[in-house]
Amino acid sequence: VKVLLDHYDELLKGMWVTLKLTGVSALVALLLGTVLAVMRVSPVPTLRWAGTTYVAIFRNTPLTLMLVFCIFGLPQLGLNMSFFTRAAIACSVYTAAFFCEAIRSGINAVPIGQAEAARAIGLRFRQVLSVVVLPQAFRASIPPLISFLIALTKNTAIAEFFGVSEATAHFDTLANKYESALYWLFAGVALEYVVVVLAIAGTGRWLEKRWRVLT
Amino acid sequence: MSGSVLFDAPGPKGRRRILIGSLIGAVVLLGILAWAIWQLDRHHQFVYRPNWWVFTDPGIQRLLLRGYWATIKAAALAIVLSLLFGAVFASMRLSDRAWLRWVATVVVEFFRAVPLLLLMLFLFLGFADQLRPIGNLVNARPPDAYGAVVIGLTLYNGSVLAEVFRAGILALPRGQTEAGYALGLRKVQLMRLVLVPQAARLMLPAIVSQCVVALKDSALGFVVGYVELLRSGKFIYNQYSNIIPTAIVVAAMFIVTNMVLTGLASWLERHTRKVPKEAKKAGIPVGEQMGQAAAV
Repeated sequence: VKVLLDHYDELLKGMWVTLKLTGVSALVALLLGTVLAVMRVSPVPTLRWAGTTYVAIFRNTPLTLMLVFCIFGLPQLGLNMSFFTRAAIACSVYTAAFFCEAIRSGINAVPIGQAEAARAIGLRFRQVLSVVVLPQAFRASIPPLISFLIALTKNTAIAEFFGVSEATAHFDTLANKYESALYWLFAGVALEYVVVVLAIAGTGRWLEKRWRVLT
Repeated sequence: MSGSVLFDAPGPKGRRRILIGSLIGAVVLLGILAWAIWQLDRHHQFVYRPNWWVFTDPGIQRLLLRGYWATIKAAALAIVLSLLFGAVFASMRLSDRAWLRWVATVVVEFFRAVPLLLLMLFLFLGFADQLRPIGNLVNARPPDAYGAVVIGLTLYNGSVLAEVFRAGILALPRGQTEAGYALGLRKVQLMRLVLVPQAARLMLPAIVSQCVVALKDSALGFVVGYVELLRSGKFIYNQYSNIIPTAIVVAAMFIVTNMVLTGLASWLERHTRKVPKEAKKAGIPVGEQMGQAAAV
């Protein structure tokens, strides 16, 4: 316990990095995922095909591999960014594929009548999506988005191995330094994650209720 | 996507616009692709020797295949164990005894909230001696890392599957349970004869997408030092410093395997599912909704 108490500031700092990485990746992934979802339902075949390919590729690749690629591979292409940026790119690109699917399922969940009515009053595809369908689709896709967000939070732990010093990284270093404190350290770091995950899940449920589409 | 509700069936003008859009889209995409290729080429990623040439070497191919086999070995055992784990904990959560429900809820929620990597590291650092026999059982190298990967995957995926199973059972129409009890079935009989067979069919997609997750997550073995596909790739790119070609090859192996798995699942689904009328009417298969919530 002593190790845990002595190093709690480090552990908290680690959690902060975890949250930062999660936040940045989530934002980028949400944007990219929305664009991809729109591409996948658009009338233009090339774009549909591109979106489908993207999802097929990145949903089936392990994130660890993506991190290897971004963290060791990108510098070889002359792209010298900070570790954090490279880790964030890997996490965003990977998560965007899942967010895209979540939003697409949200689009599918919008009652057909909504889109039909929008078309009936003469809206174009872009207007149908941006004014009528997407606002509702986002609300409907909150539950899967939240569960992917939770997955992302946990996935950022993988970045630790590649040198981003977030929560799990501190567990790793401290556990190697103080072997006897292993169990307490695990309990402490695990608790941090449990708290964060519960907080995200709670916010998700709140948003879901607040933004529910009334029918 | 023919007959989408999001846009009208295009008339001649619309068709022309779509064609133009397609062309523009294609040009942009090809542009991005060309830029990527140009970048790769500028940094000598397409030089045949030794970047790509190494993959024609039988020794390297064997190394990759061994890694692939190690990945499959870890993922397969983990999937079998997590199905068991999931079944046990799902039935605990559906139990009539409150304390069983509580224990199962805490365990399942805990393992779902903790990063798999943290779990694996903990197992690897703390229980190496206990894990070694598991690895030795299947002749994996190093045995303790194998054990950590398999047990970590089992605890995590098992917990997710427990939720999938529970949701699957609860998604069945209430009448099924009531009818079962009305016939005088005991709870165990009701589960075995009525609920589980129906739920299993609904849950198939979710189970398969969890298999894909397990297969992908077995790549975490890379971190604890289990010599799986990605780790084998590391041997190659450390020696030939061809990280990008190696990453592409390894990714392709993962992607193909996962797509085969998914394809197999949809084939199985088409051939085994006797569509329950309600689910068909609702439009979206319940399993798909659950799969979306579960997978990553």
